[in-house]
Amino acid sequence: MALPDTPARSTALHRALGELAGGPEGCHGEVLAERADGVVVRVGDRVAKAHAPNADAGPLDVRLRVAAAGGYRGVLLPPASDGGTVPLSNGRVASVWPYGTPVDPGDAAAAPWEEAGALLARLHTAPLPPATQLPGPLPPMRGPTKAARALARMRSAPQGSHAAAADVVERAWAVLPPWCRDEEPPPEARTLCHGDFHLGQLVRYPRPDGPWQLIDVDDLGLGDPAWDLARPAAWYAAGMLPTAEWQRFLGAYARTVRAALPARTARTARTDGVPHCLAGPDPWRYLDAPARALTVQGAALGVAKARTEGRSLDEAEEACVAACARIAALFERAELPTPQGS
Amino acid sequence: MMQCPKCGAPMRTYNRNGVQIEQCDNCRGIFLDYGELESITRLEAQWTQSAPPPPGPQAPQAYPAGPAWGAPHQGQHGHGSHGHGHHGHGHRGGHHDRRGFGRMLFSS
Repeated sequence: MALPDTPARSTALHRALGELAGGPEGCHGEVLAERADGVVVRVGDRVAKAHAPNADAGPLDVRLRVAAAGGYRGVLLPPASDGGTVPLSNGRVASVWPYGTPVDPGDAAAAPWEEAGALLARLHTAPLPPATQLPGPLPPMRGPTKAARALARMRSAPQGSHAAAADVVERAWAVLPPWCRDEEPPPEARTLCHGDFHLGQLVRYPRPDGPWQLIDVDDLGLGDPAWDLARPAAWYAAGMLPTAEWQRFLGAYARTVRAALPARTARTARTDGVPHCLAGPDPWRYLDAPARALTVQGAALGVAKARTEGRSLDEAEEACVAACARIAALFERAELPTPQGS
Repeated sequence: MMQCPKCGAPMRTYNRNGVQIEQCDNCRGIFLDYGELESITRLEAQWTQSAPPPPGPQAPQAYPAGPAWGAPHQGQHGHGSHGHGHHGHGHRGGHHDRRGFGRMLFSS
């Protein structure tokens, strides 16, 4: 998962993105993100993003079209141009977006938890765009794929250090349902999900104080909407997110879902699908497995990075590993006898 | 130590709510002594009876506010500050904003 671009090519990539974002030739703008799975360069009011080197243009074009669809206005930030992705000379694909004001990373306490919950609820309850308006079928939400990749990354990182942590991560991973490990399709996949929600996925647009909207559609698709709530749920369960913040987020989600799906009886609630269940009295029944998956993902990435960088785990990574240990202890004991088919 | 009647591997004893259960380390088969199945059935019935009536929105306390594997301080046994008038008082282990946490909240 190392960044394939050499520094020199990276600069060429920055320049290409800078020009794509509307900058003059040769200008490479401000690099906002530089990761193996995405490079983002800003010039003025626009950003250009080079998507992951292995990203398929086809599903990405569908995701961009969804972000541009009228039904998600005010929920998903629409791209700056709705012509889909742009191929870059190095084979990667890019897209151009308006630049919005992000959440201040130095002030997580000021994070817009209510707005985040409400945005995800609106995303989950809006009618899906008609297939005729999309360039291809809606792809699956990529959350479980990313969880599996995090495990692969941990396994391929330099071995030796953090062996005990890696062991509990593996054990917590092993007791997840197969769909959370990307080994089976999810039992529930009728809902459009963001697929990678965290506080870096919210911006205010127009700047500086327009409404909050969701960005980064790379993992968006049909799946279990519990996945989108599961990362804050995992932080809460690991003791990283205070109860009050978690309840502001979940409460706003539930209120917005109930407002969007009014007057359902208990009988029809079933057909309203998982958003309605997540808005009901027992959300943890639905959150538990995805929250465990994202806990394992966070711990696996932490171990992978700590191994690669030759450092110890930070407090958040330790909290995820500790949660993995509790998961392993609880679920390994509770494991039912495997059916003896032969 | 008991041996599994099916595969012969050693069985380990677990105690669940006062009921002794032997489970095979190999095939995961479970052995119940005389009366243990009845004990389990009785416990299950008690659980069902003591469970609250089908909940309306007024009774969210009946459900866990967090998972069983949650960190000890987050009040996962119905102590979460549900309902009106309780907002703004999270139960936290530490009182200070912890640095490493901020970073993780902003990344995949």
